[in-house]
Amino acid sequence: MGVGITTKELRKVYTSPPPMAAGVMGFSMMGMRGSAPKNKKAFEIVALDGISLTIHPGEIFGLLGPNGAGKSTTIGILTTRVRPTSGEARIGDFDVWRQQVESKWLIGVVQQRPNLDFSLTAREILLFHGAYYGLGSAERARRAEGLLERFQLTTRADDMVRGFSGGMMQRLSIARAMVHEPEVLFLDEPSTGLDPQTKLLLWEIIREYNARGKTILLTTHNMDEADELCHRIAIVDHGRVIAQGTPAELKASIPGGYLIRLHVGRGSAELIERLQQLPGVTEVRGDSNAVDLYADRGGPLIGAIVSTVGDSGTELCDVNISEPSLENLFLHHTGRSLRQ
Amino acid sequence: MNAKTFLAMLARDAHVARRNLWALLTQTMLQPLLFTFVFGRVMTGAGMMPASYKGMLVPGIMGMSMVMTGIQAVSMPLIAEFQFTREIEDRLLAPMRIEWLAVEKILAGMIQALVSGSVVMLAAWLVLGAGVGLNFHQPLLFGVVMLLVALFSASGGLMLGCSVGQTQIGLMFSLVLAPMIFFGCVYYPWSALSGFPILQRLVLLNPLVYASEGLRGTLAPQYPHISIAAVAGALAVFDAGLILGGLKKFYGKAVS
Repeated sequence: MGVGITTKELRKVYTSPPPMAAGVMGFSMMGMRGSAPKNKKAFEIVALDGISLTIHPGEIFGLLGPNGAGKSTTIGILTTRVRPTSGEARIGDFDVWRQQVESKWLIGVVQQRPNLDFSLTAREILLFHGAYYGLGSAERARRAEGLLERFQLTTRADDMVRGFSGGMMQRLSIARAMVHEPEVLFLDEPSTGLDPQTKLLLWEIIREYNARGKTILLTTHNMDEADELCHRIAIVDHGRVIAQGTPAELKASIPGGYLIRLHVGRGSAELIERLQQLPGVTEVRGDSNAVDLYADRGGPLIGAIVSTVGDSGTELCDVNISEPSLENLFLHHTGRSLRQ
Repeated sequence: MNAKTFLAMLARDAHVARRNLWALLTQTMLQPLLFTFVFGRVMTGAGMMPASYKGMLVPGIMGMSMVMTGIQAVSMPLIAEFQFTREIEDRLLAPMRIEWLAVEKILAGMIQALVSGSVVMLAAWLVLGAGVGLNFHQPLLFGVVMLLVALFSASGGLMLGCSVGQTQIGLMFSLVLAPMIFFGCVYYPWSALSGFPILQRLVLLNPLVYASEGLRGTLAPQYPHISIAAVAGALAVFDAGLILGGLKKFYGKAVS
């Protein structure tokens, strides 16, 4: 029987710069407050602003969002490394903050940045990790051997990891998190820095692991990864969940699905209104020269768009059509691109 | 506490120490032995120091080696593991309360300090030749002082390792450790400072003074030294303060 994850109204406010436990480099300063000199604490960052999630046992769940959205902080709290300011986080039946050791037995964690033990060889890293979880020496050795092989690290197994490439370190980090066969696996940006081939290997391994009934929570800012791998996704931005569901549901929830972005010489309310009248167009947003159309079709609309823009007396500089995607969903909810 | 996890971490530290054995031994032994040779052998041999200086010197050198070894063994890896390489994260996630990891670090540091003290004592004895004049008439007291000194060095290492940033390691040596050694009654007994009454009181804030004087009092009681009871009391206070402070700092570093 698998183990699920729940969070209720999870909040985290940092009153000093987030240290390593949050594992965040490009932390968003969007939520920063309190620069007024009278304030006692000049530094305050709202990293999480009421995150509630229910992740079912045996699910691959993705947290999708830009840098600084609160993904790593969520993982930090769920893995006992970050103290929540308020709210509740549970792994299975255990309250993560109050029952830390019980929770730690159930989880495996891959952090965003490799954090391998540089004083050891690849094999020793896996063996000692197994020992920390009380595995017997024969069992440790067997599992280490299997994982080294699965992650294609056998030839470098007895080398010190100091000289490993970024991709090899990342593979070893993931292998290490699997040694004790945790019920819940946390992967913070697992495919960052991996070449396409290794990324596919990783996806395959994640699916295999999930097929054994294990729950996986991964964060990513890569839409393809979320789309390809996750059963369900939560899109987070500025410490809040802005949309949640299966990739298909989420994509279907964008009005029209297709996004047609126009660059025009000079936009106007009249132009937006006329575009809105076109068949199949569900929503139009725009400012002076950028106009976004949500529609149920892409290419077939272009002729009508060109003539509408032409009729309104301005020039059409650029047209970009994108198919229904999570990127468009994010754009729809936040007005910003995920990659920004 | 989860004993298997704790022991596995101790085994990991022992494994790493074994791997770096020669570097560790050189780091621990070279400086104390050079001091011992120059002051205890060359200068006494040339008649610039009385021969009795040998027995005075060895306990001080032992105390210094133990304190430096323990502090370095605990603080240097911690500084790197917390701030740059984050190597410690895997152990922080192991199924054990994280304070136990700090306790494990203290225990590993104590073992290294005790080994270092014993090795330096034997080696210094060999370097100095005859007439060192150490005795083991109070083995129990000697053991207690050794343990208190080792505990001080390792818990001091925990405190420093969790307080000092990677860029401040140089400062740690020049501002904390160097004055500690020179005013730590390593090369002279505390009573030798009687000509500098203010300094003599000020150095009582330096825990190395109690380490040197305690070892002197148990190994070479024929020389003037601070009473063993005062030494044990002061070291116990330093130990307790550093353990509590160190654990708190460690926890603050590990959890945000």
